[in-house]
Amino acid sequence: MTAAVARRLNAMPVYLDYHATTPCDPRVVEAMLPWFTEKFGNPHSLTHAYGREAEQAVEQARAQLADLVGADPREIVFTSGATEANNMAVKGAARFHRQFGKDGIVTLVTEHKCVLESARAMECDGCRVAILPVDRDGLVDLDRLTRAIDDKTAIVSVMAAHNEIGVIQPIKEIAALAHAKGALFHTDAAQAVGKVALNVADLGVDLMSISGHKVYGPKGIGALYLRRRPRARIEPLFDGGGQERGMRSGTLPVPLIVGLGQAAVLAKAEMAGEAQRLLALRARFLAGLRAKVPDVVLNGDAERRLPGNLNVSFPGATAVDLIAACPGLALSTGSACTAAEVEPSYVLRALGVGDDLAAASLRIGLGRFTTATEVDFAVDTLAAAVLWLRAREPVTSAAAGIT
Amino acid sequence: MVAGLSYLDWNATAPLRPEATAAVAHALTLNGNPSSVHRAGREARRLLERARADVAALLGAAADEVVFTGGGTEANALALQTFPARRILVSAIEHDSVLANAPDAARIPATRDGLVDLGALERLLTADRRPALVSLMFANNETGAIQPVAEAARIAHAHGALFHCDAVQGAGKQPIDFRRLGCDLMTVSAHKLGGPMGVGALVIAGGLDAAPLIRGGGQERGRRAGTENLPGICGFGAAALSVAAGMAAWGAVDALRARAEARLAAIAPDAVVYAAAAARLPNTICVAMPGVPAATQVMALDLAGVMVSAGAACSSGKVRRSHVLDAMGVAERDAECAIRISLGWSTTAAEIDHLVDAWGALYARTRASAA
Repeated sequence: MTAAVARRLNAMPVYLDYHATTPCDPRVVEAMLPWFTEKFGNPHSLTHAYGREAEQAVEQARAQLADLVGADPREIVFTSGATEANNMAVKGAARFHRQFGKDGIVTLVTEHKCVLESARAMECDGCRVAILPVDRDGLVDLDRLTRAIDDKTAIVSVMAAHNEIGVIQPIKEIAALAHAKGALFHTDAAQAVGKVALNVADLGVDLMSISGHKVYGPKGIGALYLRRRPRARIEPLFDGGGQERGMRSGTLPVPLIVGLGQAAVLAKAEMAGEAQRLLALRARFLAGLRAKVPDVVLNGDAERRLPGNLNVSFPGATAVDLIAACPGLALSTGSACTAAEVEPSYVLRALGVGDDLAAASLRIGLGRFTTATEVDFAVDTLAAAVLWLRAREPVTSAAAGIT
Repeated sequence: MVAGLSYLDWNATAPLRPEATAAVAHALTLNGNPSSVHRAGREARRLLERARADVAALLGAAADEVVFTGGGTEANALALQTFPARRILVSAIEHDSVLANAPDAARIPATRDGLVDLGALERLLTADRRPALVSLMFANNETGAIQPVAEAARIAHAHGALFHCDAVQGAGKQPIDFRRLGCDLMTVSAHKLGGPMGVGALVIAGGLDAAPLIRGGGQERGRRAGTENLPGICGFGAAALSVAAGMAAWGAVDALRARAEARLAAIAPDAVVYAAAAARLPNTICVAMPGVPAATQVMALDLAGVMVSAGAACSSGKVRRSHVLDAMGVAERDAECAIRISLGWSTTAAEIDHLVDAWGALYARTRASAA
């Protein structure tokens, strides 16, 4: 046992699951805490000082978040998270534009479940839904997309950066294709915001979903960017007190919104440097793995990819066994939402990865608090586990992914 | 609280209970998605399920009947949209989050005392025998009037209807038993009972198949997708546990409320307290100072450092006439002069004196200028 392994025995596992959730940055927690305690007013209680102070905090955070993505603050609608924002965008656009004869939804097979489930719910409601395949590298096929969008398409929804394989889609080109047919373009940017530069005006995005807890902010808060000029018209998911200009009713959770605003400020200031650091750590991770396990396979495009993302397959070692063999690492096989499922990732299948190799795949997420020491420890631990599992069981051609 | 300021708008939002603050602060330092299978995820899941049990216990429900949502509004929307085949009946005094999510619902009228008219409910259900969903709040957010929920649920069930109760204002202030009341669905909000904003729950009786409003990763057993707001939920659980243990403290609040109402009546014989004849939440006063618009009153009180509201705190921040008082048959000129004063577990006698003095000073000024 190496000294590094021994040192870590009693510590919390090394966290390599930054796509599932990120730790709330201590600076974000610090910004939030007063709003949980002494500054507790309801931001809609404009009849008194506590309410007005809370409202100002909400508006400041709205401006901070808008600034991160190049939006006007009035284009930010706070939601309980990216899942709600995605439901709101896909269902809301289809419900609104159906009355004008636009009943089509176009999306990709690799989208997050909340986009796919929203599209399927609308399909049950009579909408036309096209779920397109992707290339082997995980990228959209622009020709196929062009053919799928018609003048009755209400909305095209494509994720900005992928939650499992990290690939970054050509958002600007996709937005232009949607607009050429008069459709709205929505992007689920839960994984991309704060990690790579995104400017809604430059990209031509009409709707964009944002998550707090994927960007070192709190859980329970997110936002939908809703373009004002030209206005992206959608129906709200539900009604009530009419907050957020009627688009999203319910008391705004001030502490969470303050936290999201602070997370946006930090992301804007640190994104470029953090991306460089993560690219170096990821290169170190992959090089280390390749040195010890030469046949490791990288899933998804190698270049157009989130700096902190790796998705790798280890022929001859199943992900379930690997995770069990590495209690010192917090890893996942894919989306946390479906982590408990035994089925191989639908995303990897869509890339044409065979079932055996898909079942031998791990998602590795590096982030703001990942260190080089942790990377080295993870490489040593993972490689040792792969070699041990392979030695335990003879590698069959099927397990090696030669199918 | 800041010295010199008196917060008497607890029905809009309540400060966090210390136990909830501690739970939130702890959960914020944890890193784990409750759906993840690694150690951090499992620890998050353990806390999530403990909070679910604590919220369920406060409401007399089973833990697996509690579905966490982004707040009370979303929970009401989920309750009202989840059975699209049923016709909906709502009381005329419901919160906007019920009324707006059931725009085509039949309205059950209210009595002058601020209670739902049970005879009218019976007649509405008899006149139209299609499967229905009846929605009635536990206690009104403006007047505090506690509704005859158990009786209404009995009537609903006798007609084959499902019964939803928006218990946002009642939970934590009165003992509530989901099963004994006969509810099929019940809404609660964390921030009204000393938990954090951004989390609520819908209790869905076991066996009821509810269609989700927000779809995706299958969290909350497929009834509400989205990564769970773990710190919020932990705070909710801690607040639920704390209010359940502190229910007796409302007796003191009730006494403070009585003292406030007696002093207001002594100052202004023409002041009217609405729903005074009904059983009310121990903390709520809805009072009119005839001839003085509510906006003037809340502004004068705000200048004096007393925080109250002119009704529900919602979108516009504007002071509009209350649909609740309208439904009670209160004349427009009186309804426009009503404010809501709401107390909480840490309200002091000094804060009540502060309110009474400021309100009394305004009353004296307006009556002097009128004379």
